[in-house]
This record gives sequence, C-alpha cells and structure tokens, in this order.
Amino acid sequence: MESKGGAIVNPGSTRINKTGSWRTFKPVLDKEKCNDCDNCIMFCPEGSINKDHDIDYDYCKGCGICVTECPVKAIEIERE
Amino acid sequence: MTLKVITANEAIAEAVKLSKPKVVPVYPITPQTTISEYLAKFVSNGDLEAEYIRVESEHSALSAAIGASGTGVRVFTATSSQGLMLMHEIIFAAAGMRMPIVMADANRAISAPLNIWNDQQDSISQRDSGWMQIYVENAQEALDSVIQSYKVSENDNVLLPSMVCLDGFILTHTVEPVDIPDPELVEKFLPEFEPKYAFLDPTRPMSLGSLTDPDYYMEARYQVEEAMENSLEVIKNVDDEFGEIFGRKHGLVEPYKCDDAEIVIVAMGSICSTIRTVIDDLREKGEKIGLLKIRVYRPFPSEEINKILRDVPKVAVVDKNVSFGTGGALYNDIKVKTDKEAYDFIIGLGGRDITPIEIEEIIEKTKNPVKDVTWIGLKGGSQ
Repeated sequence: MESKGGAIVNPGSTRINKTGSWRTFKPVLDKEKCNDCDNCIMFCPEGSINKDHDIDYDYCKGCGICVTECPVKAIEIERE
Repeated sequence: MTLKVITANEAIAEAVKLSKPKVVPVYPITPQTTISEYLAKFVSNGDLEAEYIRVESEHSALSAAIGASGTGVRVFTATSSQGLMLMHEIIFAAAGMRMPIVMADANRAISAPLNIWNDQQDSISQRDSGWMQIYVENAQEALDSVIQSYKVSENDNVLLPSMVCLDGFILTHTVEPVDIPDPELVEKFLPEFEPKYAFLDPTRPMSLGSLTDPDYYMEARYQVEEAMENSLEVIKNVDDEFGEIFGRKHGLVEPYKCDDAEIVIVAMGSICSTIRTVIDDLREKGEKIGLLKIRVYRPFPSEEINKILRDVPKVAVVDKNVSFGTGGALYNDIKVKTDKEAYDFIIGLGGRDITPIEIEEIIEKTKNPVKDVTWIGLKGGSQ
C-alpha cells in the first residue's frame, strides 16, 4: 500500500528507515590495531557495531564515543 | 426541488446533513454557532446519523476530527476567527496527514482589538497550511461547496482537507432562498467514503502522524504540493458533474463583464455581489468595469485568472485582510502569478460596512493610482 502523509503502513519501519544521514563525522576502524576488547560494541549508543567490529553507517550518527572508548586508538574519526 | 429561505449557516448544516458525515466534533463560536446548533438538532432528531462530540475547545475539535478521519469515515467540523487560531497547530497536521476533512469557517476578524464582525483575516492566515479554500458569495454556494468539497477532498489524487469560508454575519446571519438538493441525488453524487490509503483499522495496525526525519520530510511535503496541483482538475470535474446533476456550476473563478473591461476588480466572497451592482450602474454610464470573483483561493487558479485578465489593462484587488507592509494576500498572489498593473485595496476590516461608494472610490483610485496599497474607508479619509 502506498503511504501518504507520512503514514507508516507496516510495522518494523525502523529497519527500512536509514538514520545515518544525520552524521557529520565518521568513525573508521583499523582492524590491524584492534585488540578485540569489544568496548566499541558495548559503548555504541546506536548498536551500530557488530561482533566483527563492522560499523553500520546506515545508522551510525558519528557521535565518536567509540573513538574515545577504544583503548588502543584503533578508531579514527574523519569528516564525512 | 425544495426552496427554503434560510441563512448560509443553515445552508451549511443542510449540506452536512446531505453529505452524511459519521463524526461531527464541533465547538461553538460566533458567528459559526448556529451551524453547530443545527447539527446538534439534526443528530438529536435522528436526521443525521453521526457521533456528535461536544469537545472542550477548537484545538480538540480538529484533533478529534483527525482521529475520526484517520479511521476512514467522513468528518465535518466548523469554526471561526479565534477558534480557527486555536486550531492552527492541528490545521497543518490535518493537511500533512492528508485527512479529507471538510470544515466551514465563518469569516470573522481576529483579536486584538477583539471584534466579532466580518473580515477574512482568519482563514487567510491559514492559507499556507495545505487546506483547499473556497470563498463563497451566498448561501446557495455555501451549501453546494460543502457537498462538492467532500468529493474533491476524498479524491485519491487529492486527499487534502477543505475549508469552506463564508463571510460572518453578512452570509451566516442573513436569509435568502436556497435550493435544498434531493437527498437521493446527493447520495448518487457523493456515495459513502471508502478510503483507499492509510486509515486506522485494528486488523491492519499502522501509525499515522509519526516523526519523519530529514530523509523523508520534504517528500511528504512535496506530496502535498502535488496534491494541491492535482486538485485544480478535480475541482473542475466535480463542479461539472455537480452541474449536470443539480443544474448549478460555480467554477474556480467567476468573471463578470470582463471581456471589454478597462478595469477588472478581483475579489472574494460576499463583497462580489455589491461589486456587481456597482458595475451594472457604471456600465450604464459607459464605464467599462468588470469583476473577477475568485471562488477557489487554494489551489490558486492562476491559469484561469491569466486567461480572463489577458487583455485587461488594469486590475484592482480587494482584500479583507492584510499582511502589514506588503498588502493583502490576494493582491500578493495576483502580483506573483500575473504580470498585470494591479493595485490593492484593504477594505471592510472588522465588519466596517462596504457600500457602493467605496467600490466607486476603488475604481477612481485605480484610474489615477497614487500608491500600491490603499486602505479604503479609514476615518479622516482614505490613506
């Protein structure tokens, strides 16, 4: 069914709606430096980092918390 | 054909009865009050099978109207002036959520200073909301416009709410003969509303009016723009169909003696009747004056206006509203959408009487223009 007036006609729409466009800064992980501590996964407020430490840029807002929490400075923040 | 001598407010109520809305949330306010009273009587007598909700404010009235419309049923409400101001937040929501609500607005001045009499500042101030707006000239047009508006609003290519604007007291509280259409013909013209798009249904859960982020908001707004464009054609077709069944057509605009006119007055609402009599008198004296009545103000019928004004040298726009510093709303639209030499006349604010003398003054001032925007009828002489 077509949506008019911003109606959400099916449940689970957050999986379809990407929110990564809000980002100004983008965290980039150097997996060579990563020591697998998983701090970034636990501190990411958006749950945008998976178990393999891949960052999901469809949802990452670029808050930079992962950069701050990384003990080995494996994540650099870049301007989008 | 049933001819009844009634006010435009009663004509509106009769039109609502014929259109059979299922929900009527309404809050009384002068000079709309008798609309809500007639509707209450119809519901109480069983003449109208609707849920009549006695809400605690106009903000609630339109909120309830959206909730009801969201379930996919026909809805009516009515208000005026300060009530419309209180609805302002919800006015935009109704259009953005694409609810085909029809509302009557008894045009009345806005406070301060407090004033209950007629001008059109209230509905003009809602012009950018995404509602279609019709300004009616008489009680018959008020009745016909409500019935037509449902058919336009509920069209799949439109789905926008409609505001039928009628001049407070001048129309709402004066009586004239009105043809009440045959209910069976109205039923044929306007069958029960069957929504095609999103509506609230427990078996099919969905969210209406939720947050939309920057990735989607502009598209939703552009859908409103497209719907407004689509509505021009739909209004014309609905008016044609109405004409075939009921023998009356009103048009997007209505020209009067414009063909050879040297000055055309552009106006909206009941003032058009006064202007017509002045034109008739002046034509007898050999003055070539015409009138272009703008009935449908949103969507703005630019094409029709340009067609009629094409060979007209000078245009006098009459506004019962003002945007301080730039003139009235209709004047601004005419200046944007035509390349005509046009002058604006602010008149009749807060119910100040408009007589043929003022209309003649407008014509004289258009012949010998001094300034773009002139206030007519101010004490101590016009400015």
